[in-house]
Amino acid sequence: MHVSPEAHLANVAHGLGVFYIALALMNSIAALYVWQRLKQTGTAIALTAFVALLAMVAAAAMGGMPPEMPAGVKAVINNLSGPVTYTLGTTVLLVVLFVGRKFFSQPLVAWAMLNASLVLMGLSMADSNFFSIVGKPDNVPIVAMIFLVGYFTWLATYRAVQNDERDKQGLPPLEAMEDEKEKVLVWPDLVYTELICMVALTAILMIWAILLQAPLEEPASAVKTPNPSKAPWYFLGLQEMLVYYDPWWAGVVLPSMVIGGLILIPFLDYNKKGNGYYTIAQRPFSYLVFQIGFLDLWITLIVLGTFLRGPNWNFFGPYEFWDSHKVEALNNINLSDIFWIKVMGQGLPTAPTGAGAMMKLWYILQREWLGFVLVIGYLVALPPLMAATVFRSMFVKMGFIRYMLMSNLLLLMIALPLKMVLRWSFNLKYIISIPEYFLNF
Amino acid sequence: MSIGETIRNSQAWKSVFRHPMPVDRRNRIVVVLTNFFLHLHPVSIKKQGIALSYTWCMGGVTFFLFLVETVTGVLLMFYYRPTLEWAFQDITALRDVASLGIMRELHRWAAHAMVITVWLHMYRVFLTGSYKPPREFNWVVGVILLLLTLLLSFTGYLLPWDQLAIWAITVGSNMARATPILGHEGPGAKLLEIGGINMITNASDARFGLLGARFVGEETLNRFYVLHCIAIPLVVSLLLAIHFWRVRKDGGISGPL
Repeated sequence: MHVSPEAHLANVAHGLGVFYIALALMNSIAALYVWQRLKQTGTAIALTAFVALLAMVAAAAMGGMPPEMPAGVKAVINNLSGPVTYTLGTTVLLVVLFVGRKFFSQPLVAWAMLNASLVLMGLSMADSNFFSIVGKPDNVPIVAMIFLVGYFTWLATYRAVQNDERDKQGLPPLEAMEDEKEKVLVWPDLVYTELICMVALTAILMIWAILLQAPLEEPASAVKTPNPSKAPWYFLGLQEMLVYYDPWWAGVVLPSMVIGGLILIPFLDYNKKGNGYYTIAQRPFSYLVFQIGFLDLWITLIVLGTFLRGPNWNFFGPYEFWDSHKVEALNNINLSDIFWIKVMGQGLPTAPTGAGAMMKLWYILQREWLGFVLVIGYLVALPPLMAATVFRSMFVKMGFIRYMLMSNLLLLMIALPLKMVLRWSFNLKYIISIPEYFLNF
Repeated sequence: MSIGETIRNSQAWKSVFRHPMPVDRRNRIVVVLTNFFLHLHPVSIKKQGIALSYTWCMGGVTFFLFLVETVTGVLLMFYYRPTLEWAFQDITALRDVASLGIMRELHRWAAHAMVITVWLHMYRVFLTGSYKPPREFNWVVGVILLLLTLLLSFTGYLLPWDQLAIWAITVGSNMARATPILGHEGPGAKLLEIGGINMITNASDARFGLLGARFVGEETLNRFYVLHCIAIPLVVSLLLAIHFWRVRKDGGISGPL
């Protein structure tokens, strides 16, 4: 159902007004806190000015004219966005946040970032295309997830930065201070917290359930395939991997590896530091590996699959209409094609008709030899090579079996971004392609 | 004597609560020791263990959402029949006819929230290094619980029997076709060929086992209903008990012993 931009604006104006009022209230509380508790008058004045601005915006929205993102900006964002910019952009953003964590984790900076993202959200919601995707009832939890993950990542980083600073000065982490180690009785301290949590959560769920109706579409029909057909939202990262991998790999092997890899974490991480407190500097390797997997692959791919993949699994910018007639050229080719046809200038080695099974296999091996060499080299030759060089001390401490498990899981995880880059830069479809046996990699 | 005191001095009250009100140290300890539900907790814990900025309370929130799912789920089961004829109609009736018509909303939103909170719980446990010895085993139990949470949500997704449900499950379960060796479009499926007859077909592979049919149909609806309402919740309950018990036995939620 496509609504005209004017009709959409009239529909959301009131809701956006409430949104900006809430934002203004949130910031006035912050201004009061900064002024009274932190005694930072300058910041408090800046926050108050922001509140005044928000109040004006809210009034405009209530009057039926919520501010919109300028059409030019929307067009630029739509034109710039694509799988490459999205993936590289989020990765660069995460790297910048990680490297500058001392700066970005300061409460006021984090507060400014939260406000910026909320204002951006408000401006975008005035766009009918953006709203029709983000406002879908089942997508609301994912918006909540983005903010929750962002908030908790900030909280953990804020504490980790403090603890790392204390560690440099030879002080114990905040969590290990005498005051924190002191024991308190479960009744009343814990049970009351639990009770308050349960009451608050019940209230939130009730309000959510009353305000937002659970989605119910037409009755199921095995003949009417919706476009796009999407898995439940928490599996959309896996569905996005189908673009780059064969189903047996994206849908079966890699998910099993994710579960297996998670289970193995405590048995592979030999570092005794960082047990019971937030820290980054004391366990940089495990921290980075986990964050690449969780933030950079799992969460960002779910967001991509939910909000930016439209009909025919084509990529759409955030303000773009989901047009099912959008055509994207698919000219992906296999490594064997690149090698035999483009480089060697001859046809693919093909078994003569009527050849036996062994003969066919021989020709397949001949056709795909480069892919086999690369994959086997990546998974078999690289781990010992790394053990002798960059991971030397790790190999010594972990022993052969743990090291091999760790390095292979790590390589398989890194293979996903590698394969994405290969696809974008060389249109590479599969490194090994044996459709005869459903074996593509 | 006030009414409260009269009640607390009655034989009926004392038969349930065998000690005075938990207003002094001794009775605050006794209340945790003698109450079946409270004895999930230790008597005293490190201050860190109740600081929300440290724990995020996400494990507790996930458990509470599981309880919400159980209660609303039982209520939904009163109305819902998992057959092609009735499934969709019962859901529409739940929305339009049944009183307290927000049960399905509560159930669905709490389910989505539970998936998110269980991830955040794992995130906190990782970032505080709480999987480190002596809690390796409890981390493993936790990972399995996370997987079961996703499966609970996945099996429940089909039950409304609308377009959203059937196609999400179709897309999700199509992957099973490509299971190595056991899927009829997976690598190695041809290895299980006996006397020229293929053992792995679309009527005998991993996907067929999951769906109970060659496509998402009534057999699937029944299978997912049973998994969703009985099989998975039973396993989850057992693992939850182990998970909580191990938190206590391993010396609290985090930190070395």
